[in-house]
Amino acid sequence: MSVLHRKLLRELRQLRGQVVAIALVMIGGIGMMVMALSNYNALSQTRARYYAEYRFAEVFAQVKRAPLPLVEAVRAIPGVREAAPRVGGFVNLELEDYDEPITGQIVSLPAPGDPELNHLFLREGRLPVADNEVVLGEAFANVHDLRPGDPLTAILNGRRQVLRISGIGLSPEFVYQIRPGDVFPDFARFGVLWMPREPLAMAFDMDGAFNDLALTLTREAREQDVIDALDALLAPYGAIGAHGRDLQMSHRFLSAELDQLQVMTTLFTTIFLGVAAFLLNVVVGRLVSTQREQIAVLKAFGYSRWEVGLHYAQLVLLMVNVGVLPGLALGAWFGRGMARLYMTFYSFPFLEWSLQPSVIALAFGFALAAAALGTAGGLRRAFAMAPAAAMRPEAPPVFHHTLTERFGLGLLLDPTARMILRNLERRPLRSLMSVLGIGLGIGILVMSSFQESAIEEMIGVQFGFAQRDDLAVTFTEPTSARAAQELAALPGVLRVEAFRSAAVQLRHGHRSYRTALQGLADDGDLKRVLDDQLRPAVLPAEGLLLTDYLAGMLAARPGDLLEVEFLEGHRRTVSVPLAGTVREYLGVGAYARREYLNRLLDEGSALSGAWISLEPEQRASVITALRARPRVAAVTDRAAMIGSFRETMAESILTFTLISGVMAASIAIGVVYNASRITLAERGRELASLRVLGYTRGEVRALLQGELFTLSFLALVPGFLLGLGMSWLLVQGFVSDLYRIPLVLPAAGFAIAGLVVLAATALSGLLVRRRLDHLDLVAVLKIRE
Amino acid sequence: MQATADHRSAEVVFRATGLTKIYRMGDVEVHALRGVDLELRAGEFVVLLGASGSGKSTLLNILGGLDAPTAGRVECRGHPLTGAGDEELTRFRREHVGFVFQFYNLIPSLTARENVALVTEIATEPMAPEAALALVDLTDRMDHFPAQLSGGEQQRVAIARAIAKRPDVLLCDEPTGALDSATGVRVLEALERTNLETGALTVVITHNAVIARMADRVIHLSDGRIAGEERNAGRAPPSELHW
Repeated sequence: MSVLHRKLLRELRQLRGQVVAIALVMIGGIGMMVMALSNYNALSQTRARYYAEYRFAEVFAQVKRAPLPLVEAVRAIPGVREAAPRVGGFVNLELEDYDEPITGQIVSLPAPGDPELNHLFLREGRLPVADNEVVLGEAFANVHDLRPGDPLTAILNGRRQVLRISGIGLSPEFVYQIRPGDVFPDFARFGVLWMPREPLAMAFDMDGAFNDLALTLTREAREQDVIDALDALLAPYGAIGAHGRDLQMSHRFLSAELDQLQVMTTLFTTIFLGVAAFLLNVVVGRLVSTQREQIAVLKAFGYSRWEVGLHYAQLVLLMVNVGVLPGLALGAWFGRGMARLYMTFYSFPFLEWSLQPSVIALAFGFALAAAALGTAGGLRRAFAMAPAAAMRPEAPPVFHHTLTERFGLGLLLDPTARMILRNLERRPLRSLMSVLGIGLGIGILVMSSFQESAIEEMIGVQFGFAQRDDLAVTFTEPTSARAAQELAALPGVLRVEAFRSAAVQLRHGHRSYRTALQGLADDGDLKRVLDDQLRPAVLPAEGLLLTDYLAGMLAARPGDLLEVEFLEGHRRTVSVPLAGTVREYLGVGAYARREYLNRLLDEGSALSGAWISLEPEQRASVITALRARPRVAAVTDRAAMIGSFRETMAESILTFTLISGVMAASIAIGVVYNASRITLAERGRELASLRVLGYTRGEVRALLQGELFTLSFLALVPGFLLGLGMSWLLVQGFVSDLYRIPLVLPAAGFAIAGLVVLAATALSGLLVRRRLDHLDLVAVLKIRE
Repeated sequence: MQATADHRSAEVVFRATGLTKIYRMGDVEVHALRGVDLELRAGEFVVLLGASGSGKSTLLNILGGLDAPTAGRVECRGHPLTGAGDEELTRFRREHVGFVFQFYNLIPSLTARENVALVTEIATEPMAPEAALALVDLTDRMDHFPAQLSGGEQQRVAIARAIAKRPDVLLCDEPTGALDSATGVRVLEALERTNLETGALTVVITHNAVIARMADRVIHLSDGRIAGEERNAGRAPPSELHW
């Protein structure tokens, strides 16, 4: 080992306080990156393997009813590899001792000779043998503690039938299990069942027919061509339009989640890298200043600038890499925990998790990048410092009266405060950098706190302002207006608002989007649309309202004509003006008055369902009454759905907030502690001189701690603004047609961020206090400036 | 008193003509040198005498290839130092020059032996660090860190570090400036011994006129100019010096 290397190691030990501060930041940054990245990799790999091994279909189509022989024509479409005809539908389920309304989505298993697509993974039990046997989805089975052999009552097409569970299973088609039209998954009130096709077809009057189709494509096939051919072929059978995986509910939500993880990884990594780089910049800059003379000596004795530059580069690399391995370990641990948490949300049969070499390489790359970004300046100075210039002491700093003093407020300050302020003003750039560094720590803390309040805001707006029903009822098919009067007549029902909902393809220019067009009551109180100020908006007599985000996607402005293709009934295509936009955070949609939609559909006053408000004590009897009605396809309890969502989300939000909070706090503390060490190092001599002049330890302490607290207080407002800005960036990154996260930052988040930083300041003050109390007064006086 | 060796016929090591140096410190422009002409020969022990601010250190830095003059020429053994690039100057310092500074400038994180090794590791035909430390009577303090050594000991480590590479030129900037008289004498003895044993041109700058008595030649510097030059009839041994 050369002498220079020995110098390196000893100085590393000497700088251990700052090494720890930097390591904290690196651990936070790398931990966050590795967590997000390994979690992302785990989810995408698990999904890829699951889709491949369990043969997830690529194109999906629903029809009202089509004869089985038509499948041959489907198979003949160029590009189609396999086609599996299925029967499926929604049923009401009943469980003993559970009075809530439950919706089941029932799907047929492949008949003999059919291709095995969306293959079941059986967690327990076996496939059905008898006609009344079903495989039950795992998420639902877990919530209700159902096992193979247990009974389950289903109302199949109006007939109550007792089914028996033969197995518990999962399918790649239902990784994300959500009832169509819902915004949150509710595992207690929505379940998936699989049943052999024969008995299911009998129950649904689909003997010799199918109403659902799943396809795989050949390698060369163009998906859109197949979809077009399929639509043409299936149109006479009441098709609502085929689609690829991109519009498949489960796949779509999963993809959105993966996109979100990717945004988070990129953004968090960038921010943490920035902070780490910043901190290194300060430390290395400081190191180079204190080692001016050593650099000069090395150069005087013939070490080249490259050798000197390399020496300091090695020091920086060692400092930075101290945090890499713990960061990797912490990130991997958190990442695995997060992936497990995701398993409770998404139904995967297995979890593929590994810390990939690429992630490890990236962690080291991250450290290198932070080091390079942060130290380029300091290293360049070490490299370029002329030996003779380095030998001379730095020019003495120039002091001025502070701004406060110049404004005539100097008398208000005691000498200590005056010294503190002059010191901060003397090196405005360094003070600014310290404030910025501490501010970044505050910002990260603020950013990590906003998720929960954002979700609460989304729930509050969606279910407090927009949707205010107690129960939502959907009918099996469009029904006459009399159905609404029947509902209103039920004892305990206070108000009924009927709606018509139709699947449509909206087009504007070359852009198009498939969604549901909802016809609402014009004086609606249970379902309202909101304007951009989140106030109830009035439905126009003519034309549509679109979610503002959807209008943006279609590049449509109020007054533009939209082409609306109905995907049901007579499949009419009409031109309709866009009357205005509405704001919502969850999903995107199109809205009109119900009568207007009925007119567009060229039908009477047909209804798709209704929103109901109830007397709370009559809830159970209303639900029982609704169950008995064959035309009621599903009953959704809004409050229960929100409650269940909160329950499911609570753990994951708490975990995420905690993890990112810990990482952010480690960065904030690292920044503050580092600032205190640098201040002590720079001011040690001056403070010792004050002690020699008769200042007490307490007075000298007040000087240093006063400076630290001044910096931290100055950083509060910029830190809050940085937090706001970074949260805004995060929100922009998450925007999609599935949801838009509102930028709502709770006061508590700011308060906690501020308190963490002030506590870190106090703690750093304590940590340097020992050093401060033991300043070597004599030695300080001997060393020349 | 010992007779001075006659170096007048020895090879010229440094030849400087019209050296001028102006640098800025903060808001102030400092005229450190105002046209210095100088010849220094192999084996000589030269004392550059001058008050603080007379330009001594600047002259030494330029001779040692640490700094470049604003105007004028300086060459070492016929090779011009003025206009030489950083790489050339680095090689020049590495191969030919040993420095001793007023404040020792030891690396605090390295032991005495390691501070010397810092230089021997990159030199072509160095002494062993132990041998260099023995020359300055520090054999028993080799594994101490600078903070564990007295000022005189630190300065002797600095001298060992400077001579370990067997330099052609030993440049000392106020080597006794931070030391008391008795300790200073020991340091000067080490310098004299080195000068006699290695034959290196030794240049000592000081504001302490007493030290001038041990030199072959004394050059007076004042306000950036050479104010006078004298040749001692004989070199006084350091042990006779007191201040």
